[in-house]
Amino acid sequence: MAIPQQKPVAARPKRRSKRRRVWKDKHYRWVPDGQGDWRVQGYVFRHHHKPKRGHFRGPGKKPPRQAAVAAPASAAPPVSDPRPPGAYQGDFGPAQAVRLLQRAGFGPVPGQAEQLASLGLVGAVQSLTRPKGTAVLSGPPPRDDDGNPLAPADAWGHDHLWWLDRMVRTNQPLVERMALTLHDWFATSNANVSTTQQMIDQSNLFRGHCFGSFLDLFRAVTVDPAMLQWLNGNENNKWAPNENYAREMMELFSLGADRGAYSEDDIREQARALTGWRSEWSSEEGEHNFRFDPKRHDTESKTVFGKTGNWGWEDACRLCVEHPLHPSFFVAKLWSYFIPVAPSSATREALEHAYVDSGRQIRPVLEEILMRPELYEGPPMVKPPVVQLAAMLRALGRPVDTEAWVWLCEEAGQRLFWPPNVSGWDDNRWLDTSRMRARWNTVAYALEEVSVDAWNDDYSTTETPEEALARALASWGSPALRPEHRDELLEFARRSENLILANWQKGPYRALRQNALLQLIGVSPDTILQ
Amino acid sequence: MSPQPRNHSCCSGYTRSQLLRSAAAEAGKGLPAIEAGMPEPAGTGLSRRKFLARGAGLALAVYGASKIPLSAFETGIAQAAQSDKILVSIFFDGGIDSLSVLAPVGDSRYAQLRPNLALPPGAGTTFGEDPSLQWHPAAAALATLHGEGKVSAFPAIGYDHPDQSHFTSRHYYEIGELQVGPRTGWLGRYLDAVGDDENPLQGLSLDGSLSPMIATAEKPVAAIDSVDGYDLWSRVSDPIDAEMFRSFARFGSLPADSPGLSQVRRAASQTDKLRQDLTGVGEFSSPVAYPDSWFSHKLAGLAAYIAVGLPMRVVTVRAPGGYDTHADQAGDLEDNLRETCEGILAFQRDLEARGLADRVLIEMWSEFGRRPEENGSLGTDHGAAGCAFVIGSKAKGEMVGEFPGLGSLDGDDNLRVTSDFRGMYCSLLEQWLDYDAEAIIPGAAGFARPMLVKT
Repeated sequence: MAIPQQKPVAARPKRRSKRRRVWKDKHYRWVPDGQGDWRVQGYVFRHHHKPKRGHFRGPGKKPPRQAAVAAPASAAPPVSDPRPPGAYQGDFGPAQAVRLLQRAGFGPVPGQAEQLASLGLVGAVQSLTRPKGTAVLSGPPPRDDDGNPLAPADAWGHDHLWWLDRMVRTNQPLVERMALTLHDWFATSNANVSTTQQMIDQSNLFRGHCFGSFLDLFRAVTVDPAMLQWLNGNENNKWAPNENYAREMMELFSLGADRGAYSEDDIREQARALTGWRSEWSSEEGEHNFRFDPKRHDTESKTVFGKTGNWGWEDACRLCVEHPLHPSFFVAKLWSYFIPVAPSSATREALEHAYVDSGRQIRPVLEEILMRPELYEGPPMVKPPVVQLAAMLRALGRPVDTEAWVWLCEEAGQRLFWPPNVSGWDDNRWLDTSRMRARWNTVAYALEEVSVDAWNDDYSTTETPEEALARALASWGSPALRPEHRDELLEFARRSENLILANWQKGPYRALRQNALLQLIGVSPDTILQ
Repeated sequence: MSPQPRNHSCCSGYTRSQLLRSAAAEAGKGLPAIEAGMPEPAGTGLSRRKFLARGAGLALAVYGASKIPLSAFETGIAQAAQSDKILVSIFFDGGIDSLSVLAPVGDSRYAQLRPNLALPPGAGTTFGEDPSLQWHPAAAALATLHGEGKVSAFPAIGYDHPDQSHFTSRHYYEIGELQVGPRTGWLGRYLDAVGDDENPLQGLSLDGSLSPMIATAEKPVAAIDSVDGYDLWSRVSDPIDAEMFRSFARFGSLPADSPGLSQVRRAASQTDKLRQDLTGVGEFSSPVAYPDSWFSHKLAGLAAYIAVGLPMRVVTVRAPGGYDTHADQAGDLEDNLRETCEGILAFQRDLEARGLADRVLIEMWSEFGRRPEENGSLGTDHGAAGCAFVIGSKAKGEMVGEFPGLGSLDGDDNLRVTSDFRGMYCSLLEQWLDYDAEAIIPGAAGFARPMLVKT
């Protein structure tokens, strides 16, 4: 079926009516040829302003040959890479670097895995967990369908595109990946937050706290304006306590349900400890002027987890973090975002020690997790939809340039800033038939400028199945495929060639075959898994 | 081979015979074997809180090893006879305030506990079976159906020792028992018992993701996001596209050596099956007018699906909006409740117009009710007993369990329970789905069966 230019009918209400004209012409660019060199590829460029006659249409100077691709870094002399006990001890080559970049970021851009592998395991992990300075975003800035800059706080969907762009372009991928992790951990939805800016501010809070003290993070989140609205902290006062935040801060954020960590009474007492925050509402600003009002705070004594005192909101957070069942919760939850098999009890204990000994800091636990053998030798896990999309855009070298990503990600089950509920996204449900269809369609969109026009471009009439697959893989940044998938793709390429019965079909059918190979690589398990 | 069109009722561009033909056409090409799919387990929201690993789902049962040719799918469709009864489960997400849906305006404590949120007497229709209760004005459509004897109301449903966590309580309702461990839904177990090996439509979620309620251990089930068909886009056209989909399906049938890979394979295999089954289904028309909402559109599509004979047994759909109304309850609740009830009324009228109303029963539920005393945010906190409804031409139309009154609340100041949700499930299984509840609901013998279905 042809790709609709807009989201099909009867979908969500259409928020945009005006579509500006786009001028299309053919441009040329260098793409990796899969053998470490480059080849020219034609593609349709969409100008959002009328281009001048005779404007530059590429491909420009040929980039230097990629020596790293031709000579894998694993063959290079090993760097000094002493590893801590309990860490992965095997070869740390490009394949392992790819997995690290997939789990702790959004996959590699061409050449990045080799570069990271050259740092050794510890150096590679620390380059991610100890970024220097502020993040640099490189490459073309994001734009909407009209070619305009984004208005993340104001225009529908631009918040999603703004974050997606950071994932695609940042040089500190783990900061973005951890911000996404914390967005899921402290899942807050714009559905009950009056402005999008408050959501964006919360995500910046996650970026700032993602490697530091969990207690600092927890306190910052507790009084964050978006969270105060989402779980009604701004309406919790001594005359009429609202238990919403008190319950979820223990059940979902720090201790976990059904473990005997707290009682219904603890929830009611915590709610009293958290009283006092308030805000005002106006039609211009939404909820604003968030502040602690001592007059609204319950100053009577409260008993939480058997400890009695005149607790306030900072105590409420501290009591959770100091609870004996908190480290095990923290470690298992953080682990689960990166590794799909449960840690052994010895590993879990070691991580709990690392957490407690460091004064309940996130980074030491994170570094241990990212060096664990389970990450490199264990089974793969399913990429969240936004992670898959960001990784595909990085591999294809495509900037964020369309608002289609907003509703496609929504259909795939992950609209940023709109998690389904306070427990976040349900990772066990990323891949039912509906989400899978959305991933398929997202791949079709992502390939917009890489696919060939079967009926207008003069496609090769002699391309062999092997050449066809090599070309398609090169367009995807030369990802590794499982052998049985490679075999199936080659088999497909051969079957397609058998359908050519007439002379005129030689080029067009090969072009269709190329498009199909591109699509199949994008929906293969190799692309969906990390 | 072209299969004989079966007795289809043609009311849209899509017919049952077309459905069979498309499946047969693919089978005729000798498509490879397809791994029998298996859905995700129930209670995965719970798994997070129990710190099970994510992604692959450690608690997955063994991946089905049987390989069944695609032609079996055609058989699966054909075998689902038109007369099969369908249960539609509609979920009020977040814990709907039952004391607003059926407001106890005749209870003297109501206005005291709800100084801001109490509905004024006379605002809505009186509930005929207990005049102290009054329908919310936004539930007028439900009141209409109740007046016609098509609604059985549970004014205080729940279970002993209520859990006030959304996720735990919802999980109990989904699996049909008070345990955190089990991972199949109560309707999933029913489908495991009676369902087909190759018919994913027998358990269908219309919300994009699978409802844990229909999570099975063995039989395939499906979720779709839109009732407007199920097309996969690409820049590949005939004749290459058929080969492309063949390879995509093959991604789904190759062996898997990890749960994550199994999950992708399963999704690919089921997606391709659904593509063949549902392509073109989306063009439907309705004999009655539906309200203009996404929820109503889904129900309109569902009625059309039933009319063309898609072999569904259990369908789940979420009511629009969220009902976790800790703050500013009145406006949110009203809008969402109205959209829900008006959609259901149109759906019922549609089924009646098509002559299908005797085949469909709706069960509407929520994970708990809300606390009788309002909080200081013009909202209500989590409570215990809530409300449920069984709706349809075949619904018995009699209240189950009395309204317990606000005079004697439980130890947490919450509404007491007068009916158990597991009793409702037992009755639905035995009286509607004709299946022995003992095999599905643990401890079924201990629950009273209310009469829910007209005999």
